[in-house]
Amino acid sequence: MPLGQSEIALAIFIIKSNYGSSAPLRRMRQRKPRAGKRHFYWEILMTLKTTLKATTAAVLFLSGTTVFADGHATHPVTGEVLATDQSFTYRDLDESPSIDPGMAEDSAGGDILRDLFEGLMAQDGDGNLIPGVATGYTVSDDKLVYTFTLRDNAKWSNGEPVTAGDFEYAWKRAASPELASPYSWYIELMSLVNASEVIAGDKDPSELGVTATDDHTLVVTLTQPLPYFPQMVTHYTTFPVPQAVVEEFGADWTKPGNMVSNGAYVLTEHVPQEKLVRERNVNYWDNENTIIEKTTSLVINDENVALTRFLAGELDRTEVPSGQFPALEAEYPNDIMSVPNACSYYYTINMTETGNPALQDAGVRKALSMAVDRDVIVDNVLAGGQKAAYTFTHWATAGFETPDIAEASMTQADRNAEGVALMEAAGYGKDNPLTVDLIYNTSDAHKGIAIAISQMWKQTLGVETVLSNEEWQVFLETRGNQDYQIARAGWCADYTEASTFLDLMQSESGYNDAKYNNPEVDALLAHAKTADNPQADYTAVEQIIARDVPIIPIYHYSADKMLRHTVKGWAYDNFQQNWYSKDLYKVAGE
Amino acid sequence: MFSFVARRLAVAVPTLLILVIISFILMYAAPGGPFNSERPLPPEVLANIEAKYGLDQPFWKRIVDYIWGVVAHFDFGPSFKFKDRSVNDIIAQGFPVTLTYGAISFLVAIVVGISLGTAAAIRQNTWLDYLAVGISIGAQVLPNFVMAPILLLTFTLWLGWLPGGGWNGGEWPYLVMPVIALSTSYMASIARITRSSMLEVLNINFIRTAKAKGLPMRRVIWKHAMKPAMLPVLSYLGPAFVGMITGSVVIDSFFSTGGIGTFFVNSAFTRDYSVMMGITILVGALTIIFNLLVDVLYAWIDPKIRY
Repeated sequence: MPLGQSEIALAIFIIKSNYGSSAPLRRMRQRKPRAGKRHFYWEILMTLKTTLKATTAAVLFLSGTTVFADGHATHPVTGEVLATDQSFTYRDLDESPSIDPGMAEDSAGGDILRDLFEGLMAQDGDGNLIPGVATGYTVSDDKLVYTFTLRDNAKWSNGEPVTAGDFEYAWKRAASPELASPYSWYIELMSLVNASEVIAGDKDPSELGVTATDDHTLVVTLTQPLPYFPQMVTHYTTFPVPQAVVEEFGADWTKPGNMVSNGAYVLTEHVPQEKLVRERNVNYWDNENTIIEKTTSLVINDENVALTRFLAGELDRTEVPSGQFPALEAEYPNDIMSVPNACSYYYTINMTETGNPALQDAGVRKALSMAVDRDVIVDNVLAGGQKAAYTFTHWATAGFETPDIAEASMTQADRNAEGVALMEAAGYGKDNPLTVDLIYNTSDAHKGIAIAISQMWKQTLGVETVLSNEEWQVFLETRGNQDYQIARAGWCADYTEASTFLDLMQSESGYNDAKYNNPEVDALLAHAKTADNPQADYTAVEQIIARDVPIIPIYHYSADKMLRHTVKGWAYDNFQQNWYSKDLYKVAGE
Repeated sequence: MFSFVARRLAVAVPTLLILVIISFILMYAAPGGPFNSERPLPPEVLANIEAKYGLDQPFWKRIVDYIWGVVAHFDFGPSFKFKDRSVNDIIAQGFPVTLTYGAISFLVAIVVGISLGTAAAIRQNTWLDYLAVGISIGAQVLPNFVMAPILLLTFTLWLGWLPGGGWNGGEWPYLVMPVIALSTSYMASIARITRSSMLEVLNINFIRTAKAKGLPMRRVIWKHAMKPAMLPVLSYLGPAFVGMITGSVVIDSFFSTGGIGTFFVNSAFTRDYSVMMGITILVGALTIIFNLLVDVLYAWIDPKIRY
């Protein structure tokens, strides 16, 4: 997934204990004016007292938890005392473009869709594959045909059974030129038979390689073996869609009241740019194990406003504003988290003739890379949980072993010395300084990094950097047309396998903005697709990239969030931070 | 008067048309497009999307179709970014929000601003004057993007009196901070204009006459000075009202009110052409209407003005 200005920020959340319509009034009467953090406990106390209702208790009872006489339920597995108010509220940076599984295109929309819908497979808190609507699958010997068996107790929120046909319909719909989904390429990425032809309009969607042979059997045919295919069917583009409802309401089917879904939650309220509320789906097959009653996402554009609202107790989860991690960690050690996030931040170098001629020299590119003191960037500029990057692939990618890159184990002084030597060899130095242009999309965060790096280049190599920022859309066009010398870039994993990053280095890749073309890399990447263990190929590719430097990896992202300590069950070890409300629960606060 | 209004309305139509055409051209002239992202779409996917939104048509046809859709069906088209909704949906949801907090802010700004300005003028060069001028200058120099976080810290975090954001159908606790943040700078401008214009009017002969014949000051102000003193204020109020009811991106983004302010600004960044056009037309039409309204009010207040 690309990491744009909006998408970077789209990785942001907060939590809040939800109030009914009379909530502000209630708060005004009950809440004593006190400083930040204590409010929350006060509020919890008040919520405990006021919202303890028989209905809540009854639902908790039905959901398999034990309710004591005093109304406190406990978690069925861990035995922790649950909070009476099982609502989870978090912050979204922006309104998602769509909450139609076939049309959705951003990670915040994905968070919503994973609650509303359930795909064939799902992920657990560690990112492992677990059954979803499908109880399991078999794969043919040639690894081209997957047969999924669907559970017979899966139901839509209107009580209708979820059938294999619902998946077949959804996938064909997502690929169809008629729907014109911006994510139709995902079906192509899955390598379904005829996917490209269907998208291009050369074949009818009915010819797509997916067939429901009966209500509980879905047969998928691929054009090439994909070792990570089962992981791909946890993505929202592959979620089932209720044909009758879509046909009845058209584009309005995603509105509250119209929407029918098969996940643990149903959409109950949606005010664009304000909030989206989803509540327990009583028809969900595993409803009895769901603890969170209601999840609300609030659209809050400004991360500092969101933090204020988190501290005021209105949210259970939000982003840590950039640069504030150390201070917040010191003050709220139990309410903060930092986990790897599946994205890499890098600079791409234009290797075509429209770029800077000096940058055609691998030695110059390597020198620029060597002179970037990544530790200063991650420790001083970003100051979160990010890690210095010497490889393109994120260090935490599943099954990926970070290869030995010589400079990764050198000291910065050694790297600088080698950088200077390489620059001198290329004929540049303090007397004959190289001048390069660096562009980034307008953002304070990118600016801070660009300034730091241009200083490093200047001090170490004597390179003059002309910095310029461009508005996002202009930037994309400039970079996509190779109308730049060095440009900022970011990339997020679409699935947890190294090829999600390294495929960008393939010469034909549409996202290869460096226009890097190395037949050796292409061959290695092609081999990795079918290899039983592609690690050797990936290691080789990373080492070649480190030598040729079409890109300068800078850091690997982390997800730095405020998460209320009473919220448990978070998917900390899920590399893509794919979390499900049904796995969360709130324990009683102290 | 009737023919004046009719004439002005007749001019409004070509004005709007020109506005639409120029905006349309500027919009498509800007680099980028609504379907660009860091991951460029494969060409065939992009082709499908462009066909769906009519972007594969020649430019003249797009503009004609657009205007025809608006005029004949009052249909502003689908949003290019928010795939689940049309521009009509977005305006229908967001405009009542901004209209509500905008109109309330407008009333607050007028009442407080005119009172402050008048009081300052009557008691010129006294502590009251200095206080009123001080408040209005303070309010003017404190931009709402500074004011909003201060309000939030004070009322939400420290005092815990008000919810930190949201709209909730426009319940009053959700209105307080947006209204304060939006109205202060308008209030300050109104106060300053009122004060200087009132000072000017109070020195005119007919006021001296009114005072000389022994009318109480209250009556002099209300009966004689207020109307002429309001003329400069009125010309400010037309555009100010439109500015307030069409929303503020600062208010919408700080308080998550869901008004059209954020939609408008974001549509420019994301090149959501149809949303940008729809809101431009809305703002343009409202501007024309309220300027006309101000002109009519002018004639009512000032008998010297003839049409």
